[in-house]
Amino acid sequence: MSFELPKLPYSKNALEPYISEKTIEFHYGKHHQAYVTKVNNLSQGTPFENASLEEIIKKADGGVFNNGAQVWNHTFYFFQFNPDGCKEPKDELKKAIEAKFGSVEKFKEEFSNAATTLFGSGWAWLVKNEKGELEIVQTANAGNPLRDSKTPLLTCDVWEHAYYLDKQNARPKYIEDFWKIIDWKVISERYSK
Amino acid sequence: MAFELPKLGYDYNALEPHIDARTMEIHHSKHHGGYTTKLNNAVEGTDLEGKSIEEILKNVSSHSTAVRNNGGGYYNHNLYWQVIAPGGAKSPSGELLDAINESFGSLEKFREAFVQAALTRFGSGWAWLVLQNNKLAVSSTPNQDNPLMDVADVQGTPILGIDVWEHAYYLKYQNKRPDYVNAFWELINWDEAARRFKG
Repeated sequence: MSFELPKLPYSKNALEPYISEKTIEFHYGKHHQAYVTKVNNLSQGTPFENASLEEIIKKADGGVFNNGAQVWNHTFYFFQFNPDGCKEPKDELKKAIEAKFGSVEKFKEEFSNAATTLFGSGWAWLVKNEKGELEIVQTANAGNPLRDSKTPLLTCDVWEHAYYLDKQNARPKYIEDFWKIIDWKVISERYSK
Repeated sequence: MAFELPKLGYDYNALEPHIDARTMEIHHSKHHGGYTTKLNNAVEGTDLEGKSIEEILKNVSSHSTAVRNNGGGYYNHNLYWQVIAPGGAKSPSGELLDAINESFGSLEKFREAFVQAALTRFGSGWAWLVLQNNKLAVSSTPNQDNPLMDVADVQGTPILGIDVWEHAYYLKYQNKRPDYVNAFWELINWDEAARRFKG
């Protein structure tokens, strides 16, 4: 299957001042695009030539896994932002977060801590596990919770390329701003699916 | 005695245009400074206090993750600033060149292997020229691991090391890691490499 870079549901400067237009230009226009190009090239002539990204994430290794998973991860990341979106979790998702973490505030603290302490490149995730419970997990590099049969709901990219032009070494500041552009309507829809 | 962030011995703008002054300042004062502080916190009050960094790293599998990550970050950056220090020979000679020729066939073949290791390290990490049992080898390690560590695939004495964490090049080169790796090659201080080779 030939994958394509999905069109962003907002303009490149829409997340300013939290994520700059320049960061989006590189992160989406260069990094995300390069993962798309590379997974298309690397999967040719392999058992994954016609596989979905989910199949690649669950079964592939090496370059096919790295690039395929990064396509999925970045699409999932970019599509959860909306500067005019729903600012707080509501209804069923809110109840589930409170049941698991005590409060939305405590959840944010715990998730931010997971994103801050991941050493090197990777991702922090809110997931729904096989029992339907919420969990916070970290994955290194291109890792994706689908590999462990967990359903991703929310993710924070903590590769340095996600924030270095805007925040340099100040990863905690990037994570603080990350919350301001999450559209909780998107996260709720992922949870209810 | 606590570990200290070493002074560079040259100005932050000394490696322009290959590495810009702003990158140097943040990389040295914030990143390397951060590893130094966290390493000291991680060894304080443990039986590692007072040991050399080399001694700590060789048994790193029995220490905490904080010691592995920050001890590696401390040592690796110490090496990095020295192997790209301005001045010094612009190409290898003598015994080091002989060893490169013997291990890789030619300087150009070594360069290709080293560049390849630096470009294919996925995520954050380092590529190395390593002296192992009197032979040279190229390797790469994830995050802040290095060839001194008992967890490394290729263990030995690091002769050269290139930092391919994005923080090493993102302000100037962004996604273009190959351009940064080529620039690094131009900066190599081969006198420093030879000194490490002789031990």
